Amino acid sequence: MLQSKAVEITVGVFVALGLAALFVLAMRVSNLSFASLGNDAFYEVRAEFENIGALKVRSPVKMAGVTIGRVGAVEFDSNTYNAIVVMRIDKHYDRIPDDSGANIYTAGLLGEQYVGLTPGGSEEFLKAGTTITQTQSAVVLEQLIGQLFYGQANKDRDARQ
Amino acid sequence: MIGALRALGRKALGFCERLGRAHVFLAYTLLGVPESLYRVRPLFYQVYAVGVLSIVITVVSGLFVGMVLALQGYNTLVDFGAANSLGIMVALSLVREIGPVVSALLFAGRAGSALTAEIGLMKTTEQLAAMEMMAVDPLRRVIAPRLLAGVLALPLLATIFSAVGVYGGYFVGVGLLGVDEGAFWSQMQTAVDFQNDVLNGVFKSVCFGAVVTWIAVFEGYDTLPTAAGISRATTRTVVNSSLAVLALDFVLTALMFD
Amino acid sequence: MKEAPGDQPLVRIRDLSFHYGERVIFDHVDLEIPRGKVVAIMGPSGCGKTTLLRIISGQIRPRSGSVVVDGLEVPSLSRAALLALRKRIGMLFQSGALLTDLSVFDNVAFPLREHTDLPQRLIRALVLMKLEAVGLRGARDLMPAALSGGMARRVALARAIALDPMMILYDEPFTGQDPISLGVLLRLVRRMNEALGVTSIVVSHDVAETASISDYLYVISGGRVMGQGTPQTLAETRSEWVRQFLDGSPDGPVHFHYPAPDYAEDLHGGSAAPLVST
Ligand SMILES: Nc1ncnc2c1ncn2[C@@H]1O[C@H](COP(=O)(O)OP(=O)(O)OP(=O)(O)O)[C@@H](O)[C@H]1O
Ligand SMILES: [Mg+2]
Repeated sequence: MLQSKAVEITVGVFVALGLAALFVLAMRVSNLSFASLGNDAFYEVRAEFENIGALKVRSPVKMAGVTIGRVGAVEFDSNTYNAIVVMRIDKHYDRIPDDSGANIYTAGLLGEQYVGLTPGGSEEFLKAGTTITQTQSAVVLEQLIGQLFYGQANKDRDARQ
Repeated sequence: MIGALRALGRKALGFCERLGRAHVFLAYTLLGVPESLYRVRPLFYQVYAVGVLSIVITVVSGLFVGMVLALQGYNTLVDFGAANSLGIMVALSLVREIGPVVSALLFAGRAGSALTAEIGLMKTTEQLAAMEMMAVDPLRRVIAPRLLAGVLALPLLATIFSAVGVYGGYFVGVGLLGVDEGAFWSQMQTAVDFQNDVLNGVFKSVCFGAVVTWIAVFEGYDTLPTAAGISRATTRTVVNSSLAVLALDFVLTALMFD
Repeated sequence: MKEAPGDQPLVRIRDLSFHYGERVIFDHVDLEIPRGKVVAIMGPSGCGKTTLLRIISGQIRPRSGSVVVDGLEVPSLSRAALLALRKRIGMLFQSGALLTDLSVFDNVAFPLREHTDLPQRLIRALVLMKLEAVGLRGARDLMPAALSGGMARRVALARAIALDPMMILYDEPFTGQDPISLGVLLRLVRRMNEALGVTSIVVSHDVAETASISDYLYVISGGRVMGQGTPQTLAETRSEWVRQFLDGSPDGPVHFHYPAPDYAEDLHGGSAAPLVST
């Protein structure tokens, strides 16, 4: 049997290693640093889209490619048949013009979808409760392909006539 | 025909009886767990035996699994121009599934079999009976600290496995295959959620630790007191606990990531 | 008239039956162990002596019959009550059964540490005293794997007497001991009994030695008590069976063999046909 002091030390090292690994997973691998910010660390703005594609809760909200917030909730408005996206934006970014536009983009061909904000020129800034009106829906691949084929077919028909 | 049916019936009854015994055994052992919490000496020694001694195998396998994941993932993702998402793929598969499951399988082979053999030998050499004769309940004194140690050690091992695996993937993906370092980490951080992914993975490995150690100590305690009995019990520990881990993983995954 | 509890036997077994599967080990056995006496149990190998000790200490349950130890009906005791009773019973296992991951010292200290709150210094003194009694004080730092069979059994004996129990069950304490150790152990068993009033049950094959320290002897075989009495009365017994057993002669009514089919038949593959045709 090992010396009990050695056992205690190695067990201590083991537990420390495990906790260090958890810390790595929390801070380096996952987004704990952002999610752990308390309720008052962000403000919520809304935007209405005709179609949000594959946008999900926790998808990033980016401006100039920098993540400034996350999608907090996605709702369906049964009057307008539109999607309402609630975005939680980091308190630090409090100087975003309130006429900024919100578009849904896709990272890469098959990558995740995110909300991209393009700055407007207003003197007023976004604050909690503002609704962004300038929106552009997600590009839905099937529609795009459908249009492509439809256009191609029309062109073919025109050519034959 | 009748004979075969009868054999089948006897097998089924025997299985149910063993299952019942395993639960009674667990219940009595759990009674001893609070006591082993403040008897830190034996607990430390057991954490040493099942945890510390499994670190090396865990780290090495974690490293290689992460490296393989990066290699395979890259080859698939690069065809879609999504190589920058490699970090997501490596980290998510490690944290959610591969970390908890593979470390539990390694744990079953490395620590579970050792536990079974140790307890089985203690039974065969009448050490457990001798303890009972000294009015010491072996379930509390021998089994409970081992069970507790298994439940504590496996989550730590699984976490180490995942963390090392991510760096293995980083090494191959960024270092060898030329994925952009910033994209690797930032996409990973975007997609991996601490609570839903990391903590759920840790919770999985707590369950796996409990099940694997339970099977291991029960097989040891229930072994036939012969050399062949111990060897059979050890085999059964590895087979049964591996199967249990895989089946339980399916159930937990279905419950967690719906 | 009611007997004072001190006069009642410490162990009273009535109508005890026990089977291992089909094999009958005890068949309606009655047996009594008087308080404060040394009682020897003898019998051919495999007759169930170890089994008897395990029944008395509640490790296995008899099929039927009553086993009363110090007024308690052992087979129907709860787990807690059984453990409480066992604190007052020491048992020396036939195999020694030392805890292999503890040193000799820690093995003997084990029951003391488990059941008393004595300070370390006192435990040390007690352990060294018990080890001295079996002549192994110098071996206290050895691990059980480093002990010979006879030494291991003496350590186990020291452990069995560590808590100063009211009754000690010795399963073959003298086997594998050299003549000097044997003499010391014999005296130890007797002295424990005389000085502390410990009731002892000694299972042994060493007829002469055991008889010399016993107050009463039981000879069991074939699931029954074949003879009993003080060493003197038993020595003068008329029972041919007991006589042969005590004298150890190969011929007589006692079977040396485990129950088996006829030897000649067995050799011929169980059939009546001879191996070689004549
Ligand atoms: N677990 C068991 N299962 C089946 N049979 C057993 C078991 N243990 C013991 N036996 C049988 O019970 C009988 C009595 O065993 P026991 O150990 O009590 O003998 P014993 O009188 O102590 O013999 P010895 O003097 O050789 O130690 C033996 O014939 C043995 O074959
Ligand atoms: Mg025996």
